[in-house]
Formats: sequence, C-alpha cells, structure tokens
Amino acid sequence: MTNTLEAAYTIWLREMKRFLKSRSRMVGSGGQPLIWLGIIGVGLGSAFALKAGNNIPYLTFMSPGVIGMTLLFSSIFAGVSVIWDRQFGFLKEILVAPVSRLGIVLGKIAGSATIAVITALIILVVVIAIRVLPLSYLSPLGILEALLFMILTSSTFVAIGLIIAALINNIESFQVLINFLVMPMFFLSGALFPISSTLPVWLSSLSHIDPLFYAIDGMRGSLIHFSTYSVGIDAVVTLAAAALFVGIAFVLFSRIEGK
Amino acid sequence: MASKSSGRIVNAIEVKGLVKKFGSFTAVNGIFFNVKEGEIFGFLGPNGAGKTTTISMITTILSHTSGSIKIYGVEALKNKSAARQMIGIVFQDPSLDDELTAWENLDFHARLYGVKKDKKQIIERVLKLVDLEGHAKRPVKTFSGGMKRRLEIARGFIHKPKVLFLDEPTLGLDPQTRRKIWDYIMKLNREEKLTIMLTTHYLEEADLLCNRIAIIDHGKIIKSGTPESLKASLGGDVIRIGVEKKKELYNLLKGRSFVKEIKETGEGLEITATNGSKAIPQISSLAGSKRIVINQVTVKRPSLEDVFISLTGRDIREEGSDGSAGWKRFAMGARR
Repeated sequence: MTNTLEAAYTIWLREMKRFLKSRSRMVGSGGQPLIWLGIIGVGLGSAFALKAGNNIPYLTFMSPGVIGMTLLFSSIFAGVSVIWDRQFGFLKEILVAPVSRLGIVLGKIAGSATIAVITALIILVVVIAIRVLPLSYLSPLGILEALLFMILTSSTFVAIGLIIAALINNIESFQVLINFLVMPMFFLSGALFPISSTLPVWLSSLSHIDPLFYAIDGMRGSLIHFSTYSVGIDAVVTLAAAALFVGIAFVLFSRIEGK
Repeated sequence: MASKSSGRIVNAIEVKGLVKKFGSFTAVNGIFFNVKEGEIFGFLGPNGAGKTTTISMITTILSHTSGSIKIYGVEALKNKSAARQMIGIVFQDPSLDDELTAWENLDFHARLYGVKKDKKQIIERVLKLVDLEGHAKRPVKTFSGGMKRRLEIARGFIHKPKVLFLDEPTLGLDPQTRRKIWDYIMKLNREEKLTIMLTTHYLEEADLLCNRIAIIDHGKIIKSGTPESLKASLGGDVIRIGVEKKKELYNLLKGRSFVKEIKETGEGLEITATNGSKAIPQISSLAGSKRIVINQVTVKRPSLEDVFISLTGRDIREEGSDGSAGWKRFAMGARR
C-alpha cells in the first residue's frame, strides 16, 4: 500500500506533466490577466486619471489584482477539471487505487496550486519588468509574504473547484458556474477598485464574504503597502478560508464512489 | 483449470448474498458465487442485468447494500486498501489519461500501487505482453480503441494482482481486434497463472474464454456452470441424418448409449446425442457394417444463446426487451 504523501506526489507529478505538454494552457492562463491590465487598466486609468490613496497610479494598484485574478481562474478551473477526469474515465483509475482520498485531494491541490503560483509569479515578474510595479515599493519580505498569499489563495480556489466538481456532474453546468460564481468573485475582490467605506453597504458586504478580497488586499499590503486591512488580518482570514475549503473538499471527495 | 495448492482448490473470490439497491430499484438481488484460483470466470447477461454493478462492488468502488465479498479471505468492503492491492481492473469505458504517453500512464499506475522495485523492467514487460513495446512514448490520444484496451490490460497487471477484472473487455471493438484481446486474456491466464473474472454480453466470448460461467439476469444468477455443462443441460447436440433405409438405421441405433433420443423425419432420422462429434463416427461405422448408405449428416450444437433463451425466454441482444424495467435500469445508471 502506498502512503498518502507518495500518492499526493504521484498526482502532483501528473498535473506537472500535463501542464508542460499544454502550451496553449500556459499562454492562456498568463495572457488573460495581462490583457485585463493592458486594456481595462490602461483604459480606465487614462480615461478617469485614476489614482489610489497615497497617489498610487491605477495600474500599480491593479497589479496585485490581476495576480489575484490569475490565481482565481487558474486554480478554480484546475480543480473543476476533475469533471473532465470523470468524463474521460481517468478518475476511476485514481479512485480504485489502494491510496487514501486525502492523498488524492492533497496531490490535486498541490499540483494545481503549483501551476497557478508559477503563472502568478510570471505575471509579477512581467509587471515589475514593464515598470507598472516599481521596484522601489518592493522588499524581499513583501515578496515572500505575497508568495504565501498566492499559495494559500490558490489552495482555496483549487479546493472550491474540487467541491464544485464533486457536486455537479456535467460539463454543461460549467458556463453557469463561470457567470454566477467566478466572475462575481473576481469583480467583488477589489482587484479593479478599492473596497472602501465609500462603496454602498450591500456591495462592500458581498466583498467581505469573498475570499479573494482578503487575498488581494493582503498582496497589495505586502507589495505596494496599500490595503484595507493589515496584512496580518488578511493572512489569518486567507489561511482560515484555505483550511475550511480544503477540509470540505476532502470530506466530499471521500464520499465519491467510482461509478 | 483451477490450480490446487496443498491439495485443495482455493477460492479467489467468495460472494455471499450480495445486494445493491439504488433507491427502490434493486440492481443486484442477493447473489452467491465463488471464483476459483486460476480460472477464467464469466458473468454473462444482457445490458442492465447487474454485471457492472457487481464488479464495481467487488472492486470496492461502489458501496453495497448487504452481503459479503471476500478476496482471498479479505473482507473487501471493510478492508478496501488491502483488497485493492490484490486486484487489477479494466473498466468498461476507457480510463487512461489521453494527454500522457503510454509509458507515463503505466508509470502513474505503478507509483499509485507502490511498485518501486524493478519498475522500469516491469513496465517494459507488460508493454511487451500486449505487443505495445514500440509505442511506449506515444501519447495515448493517438492510440486506436484496440490499442487503448490492450494498454489498459497491461496496466491492470503491473502491480501483480491476484485477480484481474475485465468489464466487457471487447465492447465496441472490431472482430479482429476482439480476437487479439481474447488471445491476450488467455495468455495472461495461462502463462501468468492469473485468475480472471470478466463480464460480457457476447455469448461466443463467454464460451471461448471462460472455464465457468454465471448467467445473470435482473440482478440474479439464474444458472452457473461450465459452458459445456450449460449447453449439455439443454439435452445435447442434434444430428440430422439423410438416409433411405430409415427403419433399419433406426432399429440399429435405438438404445445405444450415445443416443439420447431418436425419431424419424421426412428425409431420415433426427438424433439427440450428448456429444455429436463423437456420435457421428459410431453411427457411420454401424451403418457401414449393415451396408446402409447415409446421404447427408448435419449437426447442430446448442449454443449459449440457446441456453440463455431457454432460461429467460428472450434473446440476450434484445436490450430492454422487458419494457419499462429495462429503461428504468438504464436511467439509474446501473449499467455502468
């Protein structure tokens, strides 16, 4: 019998191999946030001469937001991809193996999160390279903190993807999911505008139940020292969200039968 | 063909009173059977009979409602990991990662089953076993249906299971590929001494491959035995003889040990014999000794199909022929 960590490593390894084989996925997951930054960021920023507090240019403000967006999209779709594994039968091969479901869930989360975090780091390097995120803001500690936020956020959203995959059975529900879950989570996260006291209460309340809000707020705090809450509070909430959703994903996955 | 260890036949699988209900629908309704070590055991029945549901429970991926399953004495549904290590499975639908190569698929399996020692040699060996050694580095998405099935058979064998399960191993394959798959299955059984349990709704497949067969319908085993005994239970082979001197031949054959029944027909005689091919030479030498000229001989052997029809009153290929029940089963997904 294989132990949990070996099983997790095997699942992780498969995710890596699949990612490296799929060039279009690499381009897609990195390209989309840059398009948002380039068009929405430049467009809105220029049209309304937007500045965040402390005179931070809009594009700089938005940079942690598109990193959060990368993590959200890449992670949640990787989690949901279990539906495809089920559709194409491969899930049965995994479920019938003499390994614990915990190993399977951890491997899937680790694999998908690795890919999402690598993509997010590439975006970070790009925004630094094109001077949208000036080097003067950055500190090694800040980057390390941001990396921890990336890992936790990504784990949260892979887990949410796995939960969705365990609950819905067909690929057709997928579009509904994107329209009513993923896009609202992105818009409410504060990626595009600060979640501050000037917002209507209903909007700001919704943002406060969006795990991505705390993640982006935390990354903003670590990278450009501009945030609604302190980095510590954001970290605690992000960690709690990750623990909660990974836990739920594990429970739901343990109940899946290989039919 | 069951092998013996210390003088007794070992049961690889023991199933007792197994029941599976989906809501109010009973897919498997209290079945009992044993699979002996070393044999190929077949589950034969129409679509929706409960074959795959049974296999899913034995392979521990589906919970059962009641009953017990033992694999080499291990309670499979209580001790899943130990049971899973002992079995290999080829599912009805493909279960390969199409994006990965054949080798990567096998490597994934080896790692999940904790195969570390000689992993490379083992993978090479199983690929060779199904004649895929030249295709190891190709992505599975470029494989034909038959190649995928062969790869899955190879994969099911990597961790040296004690029992290999094959769920409809040749479903949807062309006749030539099917014949190839049969060869591999027989080779695994013969050369690797692997116990095999398979499900099929192809009668010729069950007849050719299986040492013993259980016929399952509506979630119940309605008859089991060797293919020969099942066919013999219908009475035996029917021999039709065209002959001028009917009366003389009738008197000559009447009461012989190899003749179970004999009657006159328009052109000659119709004889029911336990074994037609052994009876014919005897009939012809008896006729020759009395200078009776036989014009024509035909033998019809009962097929498993005849057995199935005589047991259920319908053809195995008539899917859902029993009206609403068939549809209901399909809707419940019991087939998969």
